[in-house]
Amino acid sequence: MPDAPDIVTENPWRILRRFTDARIGLGRVGVSLPTRELLTFQIAHAQARDAVHLPLDTDALAADLRGLDGLDDPLVLRTRAADRDDYLRHPPKGETLDDASVTALEDAGGEPPDLAIVIADGLSSLAVQNNTVPFLTAFLNTLEGVSLSRPVLVTQGRVAIGDHVGEILGARAVLVLIGERPGLSSPDSLGLYFTWAPATGLHDARRNCISNVRAAGLSHARAAQRAAYLYAEARKIDTSGVALKDRSAAEEIDAGDRATSFLSPPPEGRTP
Amino acid sequence: MSGRYRYTLGDRTYRFADLAEAMAKATPERSGDRLAGVAAGTAEERAVAQSVLADLPLKAFREDLLIPYEADEVTRLIVDTHDADAFAPVSHLTVGDFRDWLLSDRATPEVLAALRPGLMPEMVAAVAKIMRNQDLILVTRKCRVTTAFRATLGLEGRLSTRIQPNHPTDDVNGIAASILDGLMYGAGDAVIGINPATDNVAQAIRLTHLMAEIIDQYDIPTQSCVLTHVTNTLECIEAGAPVDLVFQSVGGTEATNTSFGFGLQDLAEARDAALSLNRGTVGDNVMYFETGQGSSLSAGAHHGLDQQTCEARAYAVARHFKPLLVNTVVGFIGPEYLFDGKEIARAGLEDHFCGKLMGLPMGCDVCYTNHAEADQNDMDTLMTLLGVAGVTFIMGIPGADDIMLNYQTTSFHDALYLRRALGLRPAPEFDDWLARMAILDSDGGFLLSDGVPDGFAQSLKRLPQDA
Repeated sequence: MPDAPDIVTENPWRILRRFTDARIGLGRVGVSLPTRELLTFQIAHAQARDAVHLPLDTDALAADLRGLDGLDDPLVLRTRAADRDDYLRHPPKGETLDDASVTALEDAGGEPPDLAIVIADGLSSLAVQNNTVPFLTAFLNTLEGVSLSRPVLVTQGRVAIGDHVGEILGARAVLVLIGERPGLSSPDSLGLYFTWAPATGLHDARRNCISNVRAAGLSHARAAQRAAYLYAEARKIDTSGVALKDRSAAEEIDAGDRATSFLSPPPEGRTP
Repeated sequence: MSGRYRYTLGDRTYRFADLAEAMAKATPERSGDRLAGVAAGTAEERAVAQSVLADLPLKAFREDLLIPYEADEVTRLIVDTHDADAFAPVSHLTVGDFRDWLLSDRATPEVLAALRPGLMPEMVAAVAKIMRNQDLILVTRKCRVTTAFRATLGLEGRLSTRIQPNHPTDDVNGIAASILDGLMYGAGDAVIGINPATDNVAQAIRLTHLMAEIIDQYDIPTQSCVLTHVTNTLECIEAGAPVDLVFQSVGGTEATNTSFGFGLQDLAEARDAALSLNRGTVGDNVMYFETGQGSSLSAGAHHGLDQQTCEARAYAVARHFKPLLVNTVVGFIGPEYLFDGKEIARAGLEDHFCGKLMGLPMGCDVCYTNHAEADQNDMDTLMTLLGVAGVTFIMGIPGADDIMLNYQTTSFHDALYLRRALGLRPAPEFDDWLARMAILDSDGGFLLSDGVPDGFAQSLKRLPQDA
């Protein structure tokens, strides 16, 4: 549906999109959005809404996980949040398992693992559906000599659900894979939350977070390296959170390094 | 005292334990008050609580402090700075009378301006609870609050915008691209304000230089701000960075602010430091505050108060430091505090009303997250209502999509819609600059020119062709 060129005013600075994913240079009709941009936005918003509201397909994900070497059969559990509306209105309900799930997890038995793997839908089922298998594939290749729990899939889960699961399993540590709050340009962003010695009631300051794991964000391989780094470091210092600095991702910023953009004054003597 | 909080309706008597309970239960419905367990249980209980509140004398708020004086430095600030002489014209009124008085023709802009030091935030919060949306709008329109730094904000018939050029990795060219997009759409007179993705002093210094260079190079009558912690900004100033505005998120209880990692003394110190740089040209308002209903509950620091009352108390904090801008980030916090477009719109109008009545240059981040029950139509409604109410500024972001903070706020196009629909011009200094640069012709009905002004065109030409 090409816009008639005499109706839409295009913006010559749209070429700057090579520097940013921001929606710059959209053009205009009068001062309003051209139809084409309006519709592009609507699709992005619809995807973000679906990421929040479409249920995680636990059957499909469990089937995929069974195909991974080094993982036991997944368990599918749920939190105390009755449905999505309840989950959105009452975040604490997403932080503990319901009674039936507690029983199921206790009955599952097995030795306490070094690391419990918890997969929760969070705020983006799309993120979990798209990124769990690629991430775990890379992560399992990175780990050596670490015993893992059966992967625990939890629906209507918040980050702190890992504490409850980890506590019941008696795990030394827990890694939660969870769908992050979807952005318009990133509806499928997976977050990883690592906690040493998980127990219910822990504060966020005891967690380490690896964010924006997705094909167009932090790569699965890189995220796997950082998660493995966190586990190894936590084992050394016997804790996690603010005391565990993620130096695997150190990005040095030097204030003396002056930020020069294309809008900065041109270098002297080189007037174009 | 307890008789004050009792009300008989038919054969049923409602009792409220104290002022805090009456305030909370009188609050129009929102999810955050339910989450806190302080909301009315039924629609009738809410309506009754509003009647109880309406019968309460304004003087009661001076006697019955919602958070004890000894326990909270925000309460101490409110009590110690209350001006009894300014309060005198309304001191004999009940909350219900106060609503009538505010809407009456006696309450002129001049009278309302003189009243400000006499108003405690709790009085303002209370009256807001018994006002309809149109009441909030009509009274707010009478509240003129003008502030200045390099541009004069808040004049009648004006609407300003913040360019919010956030980038997920703080890439300088990515940020500059969003700044250029905003300027070309006539935005940016309130502030060019970056939320840094990497939040530390070195990064803040870098970004401060980046913006100062652009403002200098193109001689733009606006101001810059890196939205980092107040203590970081203080370090930036000490390191010699060209800081225009000091930012801080503020809440309405001491415990909220402690959770944000600052106290009132930190704000005073940072303000003095920014003033010492003397970088303003037409004024010396150097603070930029952000607030939002729900922040106190989120920090476990609400003392059993409802979220709108906590929010109004945050304005007492802001007011003390003579800010250039105060922004209520109304839909950012999520649906557990404001569930849908209706709750977000109500809260935005309340916040704008409370802030303006107390004398603050209120803007609003008209926004929502993707897990809230809201969409662009809800934003159109709220921005239009706020435009009618005379909002000082709104955000401006390319295509309404913040790619760093992952939420939707108002776009550059949105601000131009408001200009055309309501005849609202930018700040005068910036309006002149836009005309001089041939970007926007306000006189001709807010017409944008097709081309790119010379200086900016040169910058585009300098781009390497295949970077």
